[in-house]
Amino acid sequence: MSIAATFEIEYLQYLDPEGKPVRKDFPEFTRDLDHMVELYKLMVSTRVFDTKSIALQRTGKLGTYASCLGHEAAHVGIGSAMRREDVLAPSYREYGAQLYRGVQPREVYLYWGGDERGNDFQNAPKHDFAWSVPIGTQCLHAAGAALAFKIRGEQRVAVCTIGDGGSSKGDFYGAINIAGAQNLPLVAVIVNNQWAISVPRRIQTGAKTLAQKGLAAGLFAIQVDGNDIIAVRKAMDDALARARSGQGGTVIEAVTYRLGDHTTADDARRYRSEAEVKEAWTRDPVKRLRAWLESKKAWDAKKEEAWKAECEAWMDEEVNAYLKTRAQPVEAMFDYLYAELPADLAQQREQAIALERGH
Amino acid sequence: MSATRRITYREAVREALREALLRDPRVFLMGEDVGRYGGAYACSSGLLAEFGEERIRDTPLSESAFVGAGIGAAIGGMRPIVEVMTINFSLLALDQIVNNAATLRHMSGGQIAVPVVIRMATGAGRQLAAQHSHSLECWYAHVPGIRAVAPATIADARGMLWTALQEPNPVVIFEHATLYSDEGEVPAGGEFAVDIDRAAIRRAGADLSLITYGGSLKKALAAAETLAGERIDCEVIDLRTLRPLDEETLLASVRRTHRALIVDEGWRSGSLAGEIAARIAEQAFFDLDAPVRRVCSAEVPIPYPRHLEEAATPQVDTIVAAARGLMRR
Ligand SMILES: Cc1ncc(C[n+]2csc(CCOP(=O)(O)OP(=O)(O)O)c2C)c(N)n1
Ligand SMILES: [Mg+2]
Repeated sequence: MSIAATFEIEYLQYLDPEGKPVRKDFPEFTRDLDHMVELYKLMVSTRVFDTKSIALQRTGKLGTYASCLGHEAAHVGIGSAMRREDVLAPSYREYGAQLYRGVQPREVYLYWGGDERGNDFQNAPKHDFAWSVPIGTQCLHAAGAALAFKIRGEQRVAVCTIGDGGSSKGDFYGAINIAGAQNLPLVAVIVNNQWAISVPRRIQTGAKTLAQKGLAAGLFAIQVDGNDIIAVRKAMDDALARARSGQGGTVIEAVTYRLGDHTTADDARRYRSEAEVKEAWTRDPVKRLRAWLESKKAWDAKKEEAWKAECEAWMDEEVNAYLKTRAQPVEAMFDYLYAELPADLAQQREQAIALERGH
Repeated sequence: MSATRRITYREAVREALREALLRDPRVFLMGEDVGRYGGAYACSSGLLAEFGEERIRDTPLSESAFVGAGIGAAIGGMRPIVEVMTINFSLLALDQIVNNAATLRHMSGGQIAVPVVIRMATGAGRQLAAQHSHSLECWYAHVPGIRAVAPATIADARGMLWTALQEPNPVVIFEHATLYSDEGEVPAGGEFAVDIDRAAIRRAGADLSLITYGGSLKKALAAAETLAGERIDCEVIDLRTLRPLDEETLLASVRRTHRALIVDEGWRSGSLAGEIAARIAEQAFFDLDAPVRRVCSAEVPIPYPRHLEEAATPQVDTIVAAARGLMRR
């Protein structure tokens, strides 16, 4: 028998669910405990933000909202590894990554409150992409951004995130394939949270890992424990460095779990067992990093309490700012359609204003 | 009159699915979240438990994959019912539907039939933002080789599916997302199937033909009610089938009333409303007492804020105002 090629998929993990090291060769960045505390704090604030969002929705102040509960390590790991000049092309629940890049909670609230202006991030890089509700389309946009960087000889990387479900789409396959074929600086992170609404991971593909899709496209590929921020961050750092130096793109599969409902319009109890969710909580990413930081004496209960109080106050401020946002006037629906509105639409715009006045 | 029952549109779709699964072993349902979840709009809830995973099939998240596979299964002798969550995501399967399902009989010299039924929710009104709120029915109605139907009543939601499954050609069924919880009458028992050929006169009237379909029918009927109070007697026509159009019913109505107002949630440019207006102009021009009018959606992506979504789409008061204008009141 002759063999044309062989492949394997590495699985990367540093901390076990209790926060205990499972290997010795920790990456360099973990020595900077202040930085690790920063990462932890953002994971906590992301969770406080998420809880607040759900409360807002339950009290009728927010529309349908997609929770990120359980994804904090994956999301903060992605966001914190990137440089400001890189491009993030998210789907719709990667708030941990986005908060790191400067998106404000008030913007997320505004968007899910039913206002497209929430996608106009004030402090995050303007070159980052908007949330992508049509599943998977952002992967191709990221590949295109990567192509632009390559054409202009810029040392920048495009990062897209996609779900386990989304990784079944042609857009995803097409994006990684063009990245492999043209050696584009693309990092595609599959946030495998085991569920696509009610459809479990096993129904999405017969492949053993989602990471191996990257191999078929000619990219680097790795599977990481997505609840271990050290593993996510290390895989991201390596992938970004390779892409930045022209060595090619990467698919990272971050294995995690969607602890909440798909969105606030969903009730996951209809299709998955309480036992499964309970088991998944034992792998809670926040608890894990906290245990490790505490073992290093870098964190404690008092700090936890103080930081949570700070986060609460921050979110209250954000909620107030969101609730004070004035509604868009009727003509707004025409105002962001073209750089300059064509005459026939300008006429429809005037009619809409007149009709509104008539009311 | 024969006995009737009151059920919701959603229940009507579910009953129709169930009937199809019971009556024809070749029928199976597939799409995203149709199984345990019961479908994005809960039309298939309970069916997985009753019919099992072989016939109620959750698919990988890829519209082109499961629509294309549905087309292939239909060619292969099955009678698949493919559910696409919304018309917005059916765009991913346009190549399969337009370039393949609709052309294969032609390309094969009549050898290949594609008896697939593809159901999808359509339309605005649920504050789901632009990418979930399009009304693109006319894109499908544009395409020779497929049938496009829009059940606007509970009885049609109950009855059109079986008829569609008997069609040897691909049928696309549009279910307006604001209809699912509405209640209406269906026959108490017996045969539910209805034709998918003719438009229906939902309200007879003498002064004005209000021509519409899908989610706009109830708005047109409400407008007709208001207008009746102003002594404007509207005839309300539900197209039911968007391709092929039942020209005869439309033109006969316009020849009686001499005025036509078309209500279409699609965008005006290149709309079904435009097609209907053109046919009236071509064939009933000398019967008209006034130019044809249209109420369509503002030509913008459907806005996310509720007040703007309402302003962008046809509403009862905009229909009423247009009708008054047409009657010069
Ligand atoms: C093209 C397309 N098809 C269907 C949907 C409806 N939909 C929204 S989220 C979702 C599941 C996505 O699952 P996954 O990719 O695993 O991401 P997750 O929500 O778990 O983060 C589906 C089917 C959509 N938004 N876009
Ligand atoms: Mg998922």
